[in-house]
This record gives sequence, C-alpha cells and structure tokens, in this order.
Amino acid sequence: MGMPGRKVFISGDEAVAEAVRLARPNVISAYPITPQTVTVERISEFVEDGSLKAEYLHVESEHSAMSAALGAAAVGARTFTATSSQGLLYMAETLPYVSGARFPIVMMNANRTLATPWALLSDHRDSLSQLDSGWIQVYCENAQEAMDMIIQAYRIAEDPRVMTPFMVNLDGFILTHTYEMVDLPAQENVDRFLPPYRTANRMDLDDPKTVCYAALDDYMEFHLKQELDMRKVPGVIEEVELEFKGIFGRSYGGLVEKYCCEDAEAVLMTLGSVTGTARAVVDAMRMEGKMVGLAKIRFMRPFPAAEIAGIAGNTKAMGILDRDLSVGYEGIVFTNARSAVCEIESPPRMINFIGGLGGRNISKEDMRQIFDQLMQAARGEQGERVRFVNARCE
Amino acid sequence: MDEKMVTNAGDLTNTEFFYGHRACAGCGGSLALRLAMKVLGPRIFVAIPANCMSATSFLYPQVSFSVNAMISPFPATGAVLSGIEAGARALGIRDHHVVGFAGDGGTADIGIQALSGAIDRGDRIIYVCYDNEAYMNTGIQKSGLTPYGSRTTTTPAGKNIPGAVGRKKDMFGIVAAHGIKYAATASIGYPEDYLRKISKAAMCKTTSYIHVLAPCSTGWGFPAEETVDIGREAVDCGLWYLAEYEKGDFILNRKPKEFSSISEYLKRQARFRHLGEKEIEEITVGRDEKWKKIMKNWRV
Amino acid sequence: MERPLVVKFKRPDSIRDYPCGAFRVGTLVQENSGWRVFRPVIDTGKCIKCLRCFLVCPDGVIDKSGEDLEIDYRFCKGCGVCAYECKVGAIVMMREGDDGNAR
Repeated sequence: MGMPGRKVFISGDEAVAEAVRLARPNVISAYPITPQTVTVERISEFVEDGSLKAEYLHVESEHSAMSAALGAAAVGARTFTATSSQGLLYMAETLPYVSGARFPIVMMNANRTLATPWALLSDHRDSLSQLDSGWIQVYCENAQEAMDMIIQAYRIAEDPRVMTPFMVNLDGFILTHTYEMVDLPAQENVDRFLPPYRTANRMDLDDPKTVCYAALDDYMEFHLKQELDMRKVPGVIEEVELEFKGIFGRSYGGLVEKYCCEDAEAVLMTLGSVTGTARAVVDAMRMEGKMVGLAKIRFMRPFPAAEIAGIAGNTKAMGILDRDLSVGYEGIVFTNARSAVCEIESPPRMINFIGGLGGRNISKEDMRQIFDQLMQAARGEQGERVRFVNARCE
Repeated sequence: MDEKMVTNAGDLTNTEFFYGHRACAGCGGSLALRLAMKVLGPRIFVAIPANCMSATSFLYPQVSFSVNAMISPFPATGAVLSGIEAGARALGIRDHHVVGFAGDGGTADIGIQALSGAIDRGDRIIYVCYDNEAYMNTGIQKSGLTPYGSRTTTTPAGKNIPGAVGRKKDMFGIVAAHGIKYAATASIGYPEDYLRKISKAAMCKTTSYIHVLAPCSTGWGFPAEETVDIGREAVDCGLWYLAEYEKGDFILNRKPKEFSSISEYLKRQARFRHLGEKEIEEITVGRDEKWKKIMKNWRV
Repeated sequence: MERPLVVKFKRPDSIRDYPCGAFRVGTLVQENSGWRVFRPVIDTGKCIKCLRCFLVCPDGVIDKSGEDLEIDYRFCKGCGVCAYECKVGAIVMMREGDDGNAR
C-alpha cells in the first residue's frame, strides 16, 4: 500500500471527474447531456485551474465528441469523453469505428433511458443497445466503484493485449447526482498504477502510418482479431484488479460479484446501483433463513458466460433483473444470461424481471417480491418467463 | 517548418505523397489531393471521410499514402481534424500540418456541423473541400453542392423536372460567416492559384478552409483528358470563381474580362446536355446575380 | 525515376499476425497500368520542360528528377490530361500495342 487516499463527500459524476484528473488524459472532448453534465463541468474546471493538463475540446455533438477523441487517439493521446442516453445513440456510428481501430478510449456513460416518451431518469436501454459495438462495458454500483473503474479502465483498455475502448456505466441521478463518501486515491499511487500511455497504434511523423483504413478481403480477420483480443480481457481484468487491490485496498470481484451464492436456492442477477437494494433484501431474508443469493454482473462485454453458468449450476432458480426491454422479446441481459446457462446439464428455472424502466423505482418491497417469486420457482412453481416489476398492468 | 510560398510546378517537390490510388483516370479530386499534399510536405496528418479518395486509397494492404493518413467517420472530418491537432498539441508534436479532404457532400451536407464546430474552435487545421458537385463514390447522387440543372441518379432529368432544382449552397460564404481567418475558393483548372492558396492556408495559425472545384469525368460526363480544362472553363464562364476571404474581406482573384459561353461549358458535359434555352437562361441569370454582388461587395 | 516501389505482400498466415490498428503507409502491392488503353509518350525533342504535365497529372506519374521528364507507366492510367494540357504538343497518346511496346 502506498500513500493513503483522502475521504471526500462527492457525487458519482464528481467521482468520475476526479478519477479522470487522476488518470491524466491528454485530450477530453465532450458534449453536455443530462445527467453527465457535472462530470464535464468539473473536468472543465480542472483544465481551467491547471490541475489537469489536458486539451478540452468543446465539440458540437456527441458524434463529434467521439470523433475528436478518435483523432486524438490516432496520434497516441490518452482521451476521455462522457455521454448519456440519446447522446450515446447519436455517437453510435463511431463506437464500432473506434473499437475496430483499436483505440483505448475511455468513456463514462451516465445511464439514462431513451426517448420516446422523453424521460430523464435511469435505465440501461442506452448502453445495452450498444453491446455489439466492440467496447468493454462495466456497470458500477456506487461512486467509489465508478471512480476506481475509470482508473482501471485505462489500464485494461491500454494493455497491449487488449487495445479496446472501455465504457464505464453508472446509473443516471441515482449514482451521478447522489453524494457519497468516497476514498480519493493519492495521485502518486495512481501514477504508479497507471503509467503514461505509449502505443504503436498511432500515426507517427517519423514512421508514417495509416489508421482506420479499409480491408475488403481481410475484413473478417481484422474483426476476429478483435474477438480474440476481447477474450483475453477477463484475464487482464483479474490481473489489474489484483494489482489495484494491492495499491488501493479495494476490489470488486471480477466480472461477476457473488453475494451469498454458495448455498443459495435462488439467485438474482443485477446490474448497477439496484444491486445495493438487492443486497439489503438478501441480508434480511437470510436472517429469516431464506436461502437467497445475489450476483452483480459487472461486465456485460466481455460477457461472463462461464461465471454465470457456474452460478446457475449451483442453484434451483435464477432471476435476471433487466432495466431494459428488447421490445418483441425480453430483457437483453436475460437473453445473454440464458444463452450462457443453456450450456449446463440441469439449468435452473429462469425468470426475467423487467423493472425500473425510465427510472421507475425498485423498492425493497419490490425486491422482496422478486425473491419470493424466485423461491417459489425454486420449489417448482410454474409461471411467466418475463415478469414486469411495479408496472401498472396485469 | 518550411513555409515558403509554392506557386508553380517548379517549386513543387518531385516526391509524391499520394500515389497508386484507384481513382478513375483523369480524376480531378485526386489531383486536388496530390497537389495539396505536395505543398504541405511529408510532416502531415491527413483525414479523409467516406468519399472516392478514401475508397480508392486505403485498401489494405495497398495504401496509397506515404504520409500519415486515416479515414474519418463520414460526418466528422472537422471533429477528427480538431482531435488530431489537440492530441498533437498535448503530446508536444511540432512542425506538422493537419489536413482534411472531404467531398462536397461530406462538407456541405453530412459534415457541415463538424466543419462549423471546427472553425468555431479555431484549431490549426486545413480543411479542403474538393467539390465534384455530387456524391460520386456512391454513384452520382445529388448533394447540397450539385448545381441547378444537373442530371444525377437521384435528380433524373425528365419532362417534369430538369435535373437538380436547388441552388448550389454557398459554402464559401457560410464558412466566411464564421469569421474564419482564411478561406479561399479554387479550381484545379487554375492549379498555380490553388497551390498559392494551400501555401497560405499552411501559414495560417488557426483553421483555414479551401474549396476547390474538382471536375469528375465519370459523374459529369466528359472525356477524361478534359478534367483540368473543364475546371478552367467553369471559372472562365463565371459559374465558379477564384476568391479569398481574409481579415474580414472578400477578395476576387480573377476577373474574366468577359465570360466565356455558359452554354458551351454546359454542352461539354453529359449531366447538362438535356438543358433547354430556358434553363440555360436561368443559370445565366443566377451567374449574373452572383457577379453583381461580387463586384459590389468584394475587393476586385 | 523517383517513384514508389511495388512490393511483394505476403498475407498474414494467422489472425495473430494482422496489425492491431496502425499499418505502414506507402505499401503498393499492385500496379494500375492494366487500366490503360492509350499511353502518353513524351517527345523529348519538343518538350520545353514547362512542367505543365507534371503539375496536372492526377496520378503523379510524371517524374521531373532526371534530365528529361519520365512517365511511370506502372501507374499511368492513360487519362490523357498531360497530352491535352501540353502547350507545345510534345505528348502524344498512343494506343497500347501500336508502338510495339505493349505492356
């Protein structure tokens, strides 16, 4: 352990901004969108007061935010951008562009639902719609994890084995705008953990290169190379997390954080901030002797298929709480998880709980009902595969 | 960086930085790129969005640049250029130029937002719009810079509609309205004038914009060997003009004593061959209106 | 003549050997001469070395480094701009094969 951190009372947006300052990016380009704005405002202040020596580009759209980051990354700069919701979709064209070009851009996405109807609050429809863009995606539970994951994101993304962009997701308002006590790492420790970015994947005046070129006959090989390298990411995450723990004393359980899963008859899988509610309910139900467990899916890409299958093989009922809905089918996380689980010999009964759309609250009572339904399924009761939580419908 | 003015072929380096591309024979756009890069030299970062130049020059493993070059997302040339320059600034990279080559659609339509943002930020970049007056790469569809009366695959000329009916957007005026430090129009028909303008752009400490008319034999329908001549005649007949915008003033660089025949210019090109007297008259009126304003408001 | 060489390119055998992003520039693996129907031929006796052809060639295949202007026929597409623009008529376009120098 190096220098101790400093306790600060800040919001999730501010925690991200502080982490960005600690990570020393060369270029930040961003376009404001609620609820990401506080992050880019703070970063602008850091650039103004000189505590972050970076170029801040005021761009005219999210598409340009990512494109400017792409340009900067193309000459070897460490870059940061942040967005949310419609903004993420507006930059959607550039996401596979960046991942295909193998630029380790780090982006914060403040999860917010998609219009229409217009709404400001959080769900995961925005980022889950971009699962196929070739980006690493992590979902954070609190401001501390958001801060730590921004710092780790650069290490993982810039690893020569990885060279893949990284999206750090945190729930809009619930995390971005609520204040928590956060341990702010010392700069010298971050510098030790995260050395300056050096790469051969850049244009170079002394040894000219092309980046973002075309490949017709070789397209498939280039794309498969991305896949092969993405498969190395779980191992790199593990390494990086271990080192992070050694320096900063915190770790998050890799791709999936398990809580009371070992002997659970029913396990619920969650993403992001709602995990806190679920954890409290698991604690309460365990006190009552109910064998419930919880798994926080942290990474959606690369997808923790083996971990999820491992948990599934050890329980009777498994619920996936999706804060999204692929209209015409089911929750996106559920589709992914079920595909992982169908590999095992005797899969548990699986239920997809869809809730929290457009920021609809998921209370402890809602959560208890979810676990009660899972326990019923564990006892063999039949029911709907897809169930809506706290919705005004039958 | 060597910043002397390049104004003729003798000043140009013999070295080619853009070579072996698969553009059509007699491509005006490729000449615009080639000459600009020869003026700017080897220490450059080039970004090109989707257009004929990117489609014919980055085909792994055949890369027709010997300088740093990348394909930018179609709408984002201005933003990518800004990003390159900001990255270079942050990393202490010196003595270089950042240059983009976007087509007419990539500039006046899908790329206009990013171009506007780039000019607003004022980063030291050179934005070249090579204008061949339609989306050539995708098969000659109408763009915002397709002139009135032009037959394209999405403005077919028939009994009811005489091809494109819009007026060519005034990109030069739009760019100037940003208060840009240096902007210019050019034509590959007057290559020395174009070289001089690229040289001036290279000396600019902020964003500069060059709009170069680059005839396309395939899309316009004329013999390949006439590319440069058509570019010259477009200026001589007054449908295009050579001008600069500098320190807040518009300056006309070439004032034809009298215009050559619009009708002859149009008849040389298949895209205009269907036009009747009425349409040609309309084009002539449009030219005269434009030149009335030029003579009144610009320094001549 | 100072014009880029054409190199032999060996496709990577395995995905591992594909570039992770950046790729070297100036890699020419194929000539463009197959496009040409007519080839420009410079009459060095008539040529006044005004460099007009060098200036306006869209492909940059006219080299000015030597005593006389030279054409890189590997990459000349035969567009004819040089001959059209030549003020003294020193460049003629000859049908490929007619001069006994078929490609």
